[in-house]
Amino acid sequence: MTQQVIKFYQTGTFTVGNRLLDESQRSVQANMQRTNSLNSGHRACQGCGEALGARYAIDAAMRATGNRLIAVNATGCLEVFSTPYPESSWQIPWIHSLFGNAAAVASGIAAALRVRGQDDVRVIAQGGDGGTTDIGFGCLSGMFERNDDVLYVCYDNEAYMNTGVQRSSATPPTARTATTMAVGEEPGNPFGTGKNVPLIAMAHHVPYVATATVANLRDLEYKVTKAMAIRGARYIHVHVPCPLGWGSDPALTIRIARLAVESGLFPLFEAEHGEVTARTSIRRPVPVVEYLKLQKRFAHLFAAGAEARLARIQAIADRNIAHFGLLAAEAAP
Amino acid sequence: MLRQMEGSQAVAHAIALARPQVICAYPITPQTHIVEALGRQVKNGELPGCEFINVESEFAALSVAIGASAAGARAYTATSSQGLLFMAEAVFNASGLELPIVMTIGNRAIGAPINIWNDHSDSMAMRDAGWIQLFAENNQEALDLHIQAFRLAEDLSCPVMVCMDGFILTHAFERVDLPTQEQVDAFLPPYEPHQVLDPADPVTIGAMVGPDAFTEVRYLAHHRQLRALERIPEIAEQFAARFGRRSGGLLRGYRTEGAETLVVALGSVNGTLQEVIDAMRADGIAIGSVSLGAYRPFPQAALRAALDQARRVVVVEKCLAAGVGGIVTEDVRRALHDGHRLDTVIAGLGGRPITRAALREVLEHACRGEAEPLTFLDLDREVVERELERESQVLRPGPTASAVLRQVGLPGAPFGRGREGRS
Repeated sequence: MTQQVIKFYQTGTFTVGNRLLDESQRSVQANMQRTNSLNSGHRACQGCGEALGARYAIDAAMRATGNRLIAVNATGCLEVFSTPYPESSWQIPWIHSLFGNAAAVASGIAAALRVRGQDDVRVIAQGGDGGTTDIGFGCLSGMFERNDDVLYVCYDNEAYMNTGVQRSSATPPTARTATTMAVGEEPGNPFGTGKNVPLIAMAHHVPYVATATVANLRDLEYKVTKAMAIRGARYIHVHVPCPLGWGSDPALTIRIARLAVESGLFPLFEAEHGEVTARTSIRRPVPVVEYLKLQKRFAHLFAAGAEARLARIQAIADRNIAHFGLLAAEAAP
Repeated sequence: MLRQMEGSQAVAHAIALARPQVICAYPITPQTHIVEALGRQVKNGELPGCEFINVESEFAALSVAIGASAAGARAYTATSSQGLLFMAEAVFNASGLELPIVMTIGNRAIGAPINIWNDHSDSMAMRDAGWIQLFAENNQEALDLHIQAFRLAEDLSCPVMVCMDGFILTHAFERVDLPTQEQVDAFLPPYEPHQVLDPADPVTIGAMVGPDAFTEVRYLAHHRQLRALERIPEIAEQFAARFGRRSGGLLRGYRTEGAETLVVALGSVNGTLQEVIDAMRADGIAIGSVSLGAYRPFPQAALRAALDQARRVVVVEKCLAAGVGGIVTEDVRRALHDGHRLDTVIAGLGGRPITRAALREVLEHACRGEAEPLTFLDLDREVVERELERESQVLRPGPTASAVLRQVGLPGAPFGRGREGRS
């Protein structure tokens, strides 16, 4: 197929501006030679953040490794929608074993590659938030502390979506799920629960930890590419909206993901050997209501009498902004 | 080369001779000495081309082995008891993914009450997990079976558990004949995976399978186990030809000629059993035994042929299906024609010694047709009756285990009949 170079006029930061860049700086997805590792035809829902995140992450890792990549997948949406027998969307060597052992299976593959003298082949493990922060957490922590040569990518859509939207330890406060119903005096997921796995990953002093979002796919590609240039245990936590579970318009997936970042609810940062080394600054923080009001899982926050609860969520965002130093002026080098 | 060594060390030698590439280790008594010995060899540089990985759980141990095997490495791990149950999900997964992992089970009871001593509850709990299960009678056989296990696993692309009695074998010092590396290399070729994760030839392993194909996939797993029924004796023959001794195989009869009563058992208890049979034969009793070397797949046809001439069959087993009775018994029952008398002796639970005297007593009963269909060897009826009585009289009787311990004395006190200090 012949490639024709077309000039586009820039219409915005994240649209076709990519094509104004020099060839070498263009995104992986802009390249017609991209691997399409997670090929089209899979069964993900419209507007699925996880499918988008996985496609960018794996293709970027493929480019970074010269297509010498093996992927391990935890049980979950990504596994189910990509491999209904006898079809597979995966154009790369790919294995699914169990819900809770993706990190350990990846450790085993990395060990096998070392003893077989295939050091150039790299390993990615991937899973949703349930498979990562809950049931797979033991294996994940083990892989981290052994510093096994694995990049683990968590696609965080903040609940068990594959089983029908149940709470995970990544579900945010007040979010309605099938197991934290929006009823009673404290509707939705309780405040003061949950865990921050990127920070826990940092506590293992692994070489590289980053958060990323489908709202900034160039940044996701950059972080995956950077991670693949490092040996040892690495972790990228990608925020991926789920229209089905969040009760959001599939067309708004990117906007919602961007509002999570711009409100301060999902801070973007990188850390090396346990220290934060970079963060994405927020130019104009948006109120959390802008993010929350687009999602039915937070609808109860907009009923009369929920003001204090909204204020508590705003406080979480404000604390993130202060803690990570996310305001543009503060974050300037 | 003849050496006097602990069973665990003998197994570690066998594993090392099999040139494993990834060994996953997590401690649990009584298998721990095996992986300790292997860890030392890897760290010493005696096992070049082998990774030894200290993992955080048995679930991770088998999961790492799954990844390693899928990426084309010969993978090994070992566990016991709670450890085998903790990895249960991965046990089924490894066989479902057709990965030829070899795992030693140092057989041990399952809690609660927690108990570190030997019985077969652990591997029995995983009997239908799709793994081949081989049982060793003694340490020489344990050593030999591990070498055969890699051949078998890799031929069929099916994982193999080698089961050896915890402490009774793992911690027993016996004379073993260690093969040479050349002998093992000639017997066991390098691992040629049936499937491998390879960027040059991408495959999807572990895809979702729905009702349209699941039955066929499961049937093929069954078919593979049936093929193992042929491969196990073939490999045992080839082993005998190369190493000059017989080990493994589906089953082995002992003094079965003209036997009216045949005793079926798994593992090390066969040694005691054979001594009892010698003594009974000397007294003119027509009794023999059959040692099951393979429990999964179950050698139904071979066992039927072996048992056919007998009138009575007694299964001595170190496991119990509460509310049912024997576990192995039900497999044996399927191998029998109508008209056999079949009795079960539950023995050796949680490390209770199986003495020759007790075995002889129960087998003599059986030979006279006087045995109960289900006997608990050396069960202290007095203790049981007293506890049942106590439980019936108080509103909140508390934990049974503590009450029984109070009756029989301190934990660790000698087991068996005629203890002092009971109130």
